[in-house]
Amino acid sequence: MQFSENWLRSLVNTDLDSQALSHALTMTGLEVEEMQAVAAPFSKVVVAKILAAVKHPDADRLQVCTVDVGLAEPVQIVCGAANARVGLIAPCALVGAELPGFSIKQAKVRGIESFGMMCSSKELGISEEATGLLELDSDAVIGQSIREHLDLDDHLFTLKLTPNRSDCLSLKGIARDVAAITGASTSFETISAVTAELSEVKNIVVTEQTACPRYCGRLILGVNAKATTPSWMLKRLERSGLRSISAVVDVTNYVLLVLGQPMHAFDADKLNGDLAVRFAKESESLVLLNDQVVTLKNDDLVIADASGAIALAGVMGGKPSSVTDDTVNIFLESAFFTPAVITGKARRLGLSTDSSYRFERGVDFGNTRDAIEYATALIQQICGGKAAAVSEIISALPNRNPVKLRLARLVSVLGIPFSQDKVAQLLTQLGFSFTTADNVFIITPPSFRFDIAIEEDLIEEIARLHGYDHIPATPPVAALTMLEAPEAKSPLNKLRDCLVSSGYQEVVNYSFVDESWERDLLGNTNPIKLKNPIASNLSVMRTSLWGGLLDTLVYNLNRKQDRAMLFEVGAAYFQKTNQDSSLTFVESTYISGLVYGSAKPEQWSADASDVDFFEVKAHVDALLGGANTHKQVTYEKAEHVTLHPGQTARILLNGVAIGWLGKLHPKWQQHYSLSKSTFLFELQADAVLNRQIPSYQEVSKLLPVRRDLAVVVDADIAVNALLSAIKQANIPLVLDVALFDLYQGQGIAENKKSLALSVLMHDTQKTLTDADADAAIANVLQLLQNNFGATLRN
Amino acid sequence: MADLTHLISEAQIDFANSVTMNDLEVAKAKYLGKTGLLTDALKGLGKLSNEERPAAGAAINVVKQGVEAALSARREALLNVEQAKQLAQESIDVTLPARAQSQGGLHPVTLTLQRIEQLFHSIGFEVATGPEIESDFYNFTALNIPEDHPARAMHDTFYIDEANVLRTHTSPVQIHYMENALKNNKTPPLKIIAPGRVYRVDSDATHSPMFHQVEGLWVDEEISFANLKGVVQDFLQKFFERDDLTVRFRPSFFPFTEPSAEMDMSWNGGWLEIGGCGMVHPEVFKHVNIDHEKYRGFAFGLGVERLAMLRYGVNDLRHFFNNDLRFLSQFR
Repeated sequence: MQFSENWLRSLVNTDLDSQALSHALTMTGLEVEEMQAVAAPFSKVVVAKILAAVKHPDADRLQVCTVDVGLAEPVQIVCGAANARVGLIAPCALVGAELPGFSIKQAKVRGIESFGMMCSSKELGISEEATGLLELDSDAVIGQSIREHLDLDDHLFTLKLTPNRSDCLSLKGIARDVAAITGASTSFETISAVTAELSEVKNIVVTEQTACPRYCGRLILGVNAKATTPSWMLKRLERSGLRSISAVVDVTNYVLLVLGQPMHAFDADKLNGDLAVRFAKESESLVLLNDQVVTLKNDDLVIADASGAIALAGVMGGKPSSVTDDTVNIFLESAFFTPAVITGKARRLGLSTDSSYRFERGVDFGNTRDAIEYATALIQQICGGKAAAVSEIISALPNRNPVKLRLARLVSVLGIPFSQDKVAQLLTQLGFSFTTADNVFIITPPSFRFDIAIEEDLIEEIARLHGYDHIPATPPVAALTMLEAPEAKSPLNKLRDCLVSSGYQEVVNYSFVDESWERDLLGNTNPIKLKNPIASNLSVMRTSLWGGLLDTLVYNLNRKQDRAMLFEVGAAYFQKTNQDSSLTFVESTYISGLVYGSAKPEQWSADASDVDFFEVKAHVDALLGGANTHKQVTYEKAEHVTLHPGQTARILLNGVAIGWLGKLHPKWQQHYSLSKSTFLFELQADAVLNRQIPSYQEVSKLLPVRRDLAVVVDADIAVNALLSAIKQANIPLVLDVALFDLYQGQGIAENKKSLALSVLMHDTQKTLTDADADAAIANVLQLLQNNFGATLRN
Repeated sequence: MADLTHLISEAQIDFANSVTMNDLEVAKAKYLGKTGLLTDALKGLGKLSNEERPAAGAAINVVKQGVEAALSARREALLNVEQAKQLAQESIDVTLPARAQSQGGLHPVTLTLQRIEQLFHSIGFEVATGPEIESDFYNFTALNIPEDHPARAMHDTFYIDEANVLRTHTSPVQIHYMENALKNNKTPPLKIIAPGRVYRVDSDATHSPMFHQVEGLWVDEEISFANLKGVVQDFLQKFFERDDLTVRFRPSFFPFTEPSAEMDMSWNGGWLEIGGCGMVHPEVFKHVNIDHEKYRGFAFGLGVERLAMLRYGVNDLRHFFNNDLRFLSQFR
């Protein structure tokens, strides 16, 4: 909502200066988004009239003008403007004037003295472009300051109104609120009924009375539609951001700005028979004022005549019945449409009009008749014509149910004391009528307020008027209880810290990604799609964090990084199609990492060898809880479309797959132009966060005994399977077994590998004898022979 | 028996002339070896009479002790020299750089969120989460934003389909949390913060289509608008570690709170908008079956990137999502 400050000040008499007024509006909920001076500061520019003009003797394009600037004697001014001519009234900057960017001095122009400068609107800084001198009205007072004449000491205020404050979508409404805020008095023009001079009446049938509880219409015959809109009205319209269309339309727009009542004028001669306010017939079509052809639905409210819909109620009039320069007779409409009926209708057609914007939010239904009277008077004043009587169809207007405000509730919700008198005073300032008894106020909201229906609405009004600034910041007083701290659930931040100490940098990538990442990199042809993505490469929801990590890697390699360890914690998004073909969305928090290049930075004291699978596996192990024996973490050889088929592990926790670890597939390495190998992992965070609370186990007082065992097995046997088999066999005395060497090559047959195992044994009751240990080792070997075809290495 | 005292000084000379441990062992043998001078002298005692033997023995022992003392003094001296040589060889340039490990770090948004969580945790707020793909009901309707309400136009919403959106704010977590609390027979006081990603169809220098918010909610029997201001101001002062920060509320409109306010924070002589807040609207309580006569609540939403930018002096929102390691590595 944009308006002229001076216009507002003509309606409310406040002492506040522009800045203070702007601040007061903002602090009471009418946010001033912008306050802009109409004209930059300048001085000594007056209304002047060219009395005589002769060609400059030495310059073809210059004229020597004799100019009346309102002083005793005219002044001589050399002027180059093409439109400078005798009789022209235009602004003149006198000697000593300060204009935006320059000042005016007495000067010789091609040898002839010039005592000032005739000005264009551009030179005064009030427009971007100008073709010549600014031509002023013939009735302008010569010698008057141009600032005064053009009302340039004014500001354009732009309010960013919240949807609840439709009452401030008019100058009258804003003035009313300024009065409420500041206690200033308002001076609204008294609107009186225009006397009917004609007996013609247009028949109106309102079939949808709930949708249109009040409809006023009137014929005005014999108007001059070509009349010029007066400059005072033009100025106000322009300063409100509206351009002039024609006198009749300008009047309706002016009334809209003053009273907030959208109006429409039809060309009465183009109306066919009686008018009706009804819902559109399905697929009924209408050409709107903006030439848009719309096909209506049966919940679109229309004004119709015998030929069909002629206007989309509350949104926009129709083209065929609109007022043109040739219009002589008009039918003027001022109505109240129920907000819920208008809501969404303009948006459905891709429109937003000043009218729909107001009707959606609520228009003062107490103004409907005033608006038509006011518009009639203005039309007659500008375009002439004779008015018929107003036809008014009125049914059940919105209820303004009394709302209760309890003083105690007010005090307790806001947390500050209020007296009954103070509340009464504030309610009075707001123009609310109310009764009081026992510290309870019963308020009847006025017709211009659509946001006062419950007690909280009133509490907000009181707080707003009292001033949010005057509400102190008070720490709450509450009972102290401790928060729960489940020990079996690690916080996500612990996982982050774990990766940070392994050397990873956290990144945050968008949740929406390029569809090709999902399709090609991850083999997902059915990602969740956004209906309105912000860009085509951000159009689907990710099912893995890897695409973003790879993208981040490439971004940084392009910025001369030569290695990277990255991780991200965030959601991946999946959809499931249900039996009834509806979709269910599932989100899972992933913790995912990427390592590229060497695990350590290049340095003098360590070689810069590139990271390998097992180094990254150590990072994943650390994340999974390392030696936390409560967790049965296993890695099994698997395949994943993104990863190298020979270096991919599925990660299982207690037998359930929870993630992946592997080397980026060479084809993707090539695709991303990566010169070194890249490793990726991804884990479901929830699974990793669970842990068991430690439970003490007896520590043996006897020392364990270690025996080493070297066996040869087929090269394709998974070591983990072999180690697990030993552990799960529960061989008496055997406590633990570990691999400490792996060898393939000379001395070992091809397709075979040698494993060196350390076997840790103990007996909780007595010291182990050699014979006991030998027997246990024999058992281990037996198991390996039987299950894995192992032979003892010579 | 001849006087052997001179052997002490002779031995001292021999020992002193020994420059290695080997030389010293050779010199030692001359006096104390199997056929050394003192060994021989001790062997000669047997030839003496019983009367002479004790005095002679004592005299030899005195000399022997003197030689041994000279020996151990020299041995220690030689050892010191050798050790010094060894230590000199082992000397390193301690100014060389350490063996470097890869340096990791957290994203500044995470640092900021952790700080926010820590501060609210200290006065008993729990952390709650909710889905990012949210039904229209939770994102709007349950928050008193019915379909076609003009307030929906204030949210530039990403749609998945007719009924589902990417959440435009963290406020729906309020609804989920209150619903679950009641299902689990948990009654107010309820105090949560809900941090997370939110989405709006908006992208320019000052808007990102994805950003982070923290929603706060406190439901209790006696909790006021003044308390809301108190909690937010306390938070900002602690977050920025500045006692002089004040918070300013400006009247605003959110369908799910009333009274509603925009929160501004005093900053370098001006005011900066840092989020929206208000008292929980009765309609919201009705949706989750909380008695709005008995209870009331306040709710607020803070922009996390905004706080991170102010805290760390970051001048461009886009840094947070470009993930340039030269930027990210500054937050270690």
